Amino acid sequence: MTDSTIIKLTAAELAAKIAAGELTAVEVAEAHLARIEAVDEKVHAFLHIDREGALAQARAVDEKRERGEELGPLAGVPLALKDIFTTSDMPTTVGSKMLEGWIPPYDATLVARLRAADVVILGKTNMDEFAMGSSTENSAYGPTGNPWDLTRIPGGSGGGSSAALASYEAPLAIGTDTGGSIRQPAAVTGTVGVKPTYGAVSRYGMVAFSSSLDQGGPCARTVLDAALLHEVIAGHDPMDSTSIAAPVPPVVEAARSGSVQGMRVGVVRQFRGEGYQAGVVQRFDEAVELLKELGAEIVELDCPSFDLALSAYYLIAPSECSSNLARFDGLRYGLRTGDDGTRSAEEVTSLTREAGFGDEVKRRIMLGTYALSSGYYDAYYGSAQKVRTLIKQDFDKAFEQVDVIVSPTTPTTAFPIGERADDPMAMYLADLCTIPTNLAGNAAMSLPCGLAPEDNLPVGLQIIAPVMKDDRLYRVGAAVEAAFVEKWGHPLLEEAPSL
Amino acid sequence: MPGITREEVAHLARLARLELKDEEVDHFATQLDDIIGAVARVSEVADQDVPPTSHPLPLTNVMRADEVRPSLTPEQALSGAPAQEKQRFKVPQILGED
Repeated sequence: MTDSTIIKLTAAELAAKIAAGELTAVEVAEAHLARIEAVDEKVHAFLHIDREGALAQARAVDEKRERGEELGPLAGVPLALKDIFTTSDMPTTVGSKMLEGWIPPYDATLVARLRAADVVILGKTNMDEFAMGSSTENSAYGPTGNPWDLTRIPGGSGGGSSAALASYEAPLAIGTDTGGSIRQPAAVTGTVGVKPTYGAVSRYGMVAFSSSLDQGGPCARTVLDAALLHEVIAGHDPMDSTSIAAPVPPVVEAARSGSVQGMRVGVVRQFRGEGYQAGVVQRFDEAVELLKELGAEIVELDCPSFDLALSAYYLIAPSECSSNLARFDGLRYGLRTGDDGTRSAEEVTSLTREAGFGDEVKRRIMLGTYALSSGYYDAYYGSAQKVRTLIKQDFDKAFEQVDVIVSPTTPTTAFPIGERADDPMAMYLADLCTIPTNLAGNAAMSLPCGLAPEDNLPVGLQIIAPVMKDDRLYRVGAAVEAAFVEKWGHPLLEEAPSL
Repeated sequence: MPGITREEVAHLARLARLELKDEEVDHFATQLDDIIGAVARVSEVADQDVPPTSHPLPLTNVMRADEVRPSLTPEQALSGAPAQEKQRFKVPQILGED
């Protein structure tokens, strides 16, 4: 089998071929490393490539198989890891100069689970600094290109992870989603991304941005692959006090059985209107028609508080970030600037933070500092938390009527790099449809639903499920994916230009 | 709802330990004013009798038995330190001349 064939296989196919001895894990790793070498200079999905480490992991899988030991469901499958998770054998920069070259002294729980499952970690992927952004332009190490059009953004903050999938540099990736950073990149790159229920995947070792919103999750090219990865990384972790102590929903079983027959699917009035690209709305409407054809009942819903979600998010997330990022003070780890023996610790901290943080991080730290200050706390932070209650109530009411909610994942397709760089509010609108879910803690998925006719770029369909009903995402997602692939005659990514 | 002034931005930067240059203060003042103007709508619900939600899950404080457990070694804990001396973090002077 040639390298170009290997890299097009799904994670499920790769795992099956490795388990059956039709391919070795080393062959698979080498094919992906060769692809990275060939295209990543253009895409810039990776910040760090661990060639030797990946090959050593792959050799260990092959030896395990030769010894007849039991292999995990994804043994030998390569994966691209967002550079927000601590890794004891690779740098963890979080896309920031503040942590350039930092090698953490421990592995994140998610990383430990990937290693235990014999997944082969290829390297760390590019991201908006500290996961703040919707375009991966805020990375201190330069932007990532969208494999569909390298002059456009691959989404953010997990643009590197989704671009690695769309450019066939890896069949699996890990992202994190605070306001849409898994789903929005998935939508604009024509891949699949899942934000599990808040607390379903451990945050231990995931560098915190906004602790009540951040959630790690799987990124893949198919719904089944995402489910297989979901089962590997999810589950209770005593090291994370916000981790849910409950069994992982049967997501793989749901992805294999995909059906929407008899399901009630909600369409929210607030997820359309001004700011939505015509082609995005057109593809979304077609997806709703498809759901009907597949046997779902469509229910119109009104969730009035969703109109305030973006505002609440841009008060809550910066407030939590201003607190979480206080640890970057140049005293214990990371960058230190201006320590010439004459300056106080306070002065060194200020100079270090000025040199180490990019504009978006500074903007959010100051916004959060403002929202939490004594004179404005009730008007901003307190009110935002009340809006959060109303959004949660809207979801609760909606899920009394429907099994899942669907919407466009993003209001537009991928925009050109630089287009919104000086207009933060325009940039924030990219997460318009994804944010309510983070505020309420629900599970949600984005999967491809076609190309917008005006620019031939991918459009994402978002599916939202109640808390700890993540399996519904996979059940609906798999049914929709199968119907679309049948209609198109191939997976959407095959229409992407070759790199 | 009040807008945000250049002086307030400079004050916020000091509180947040960010040594901003003058041109950065001007730049951020304009942007923060725009953002705050756009998000101020949340206060429309402030008078309503709505309990705030700070977290999607009900949280309880986690306690464990006070027992010695494996932890990072001093070398591991210090491995990312910008400066160290005698197995300790070496930091700039904390107290000023006065």
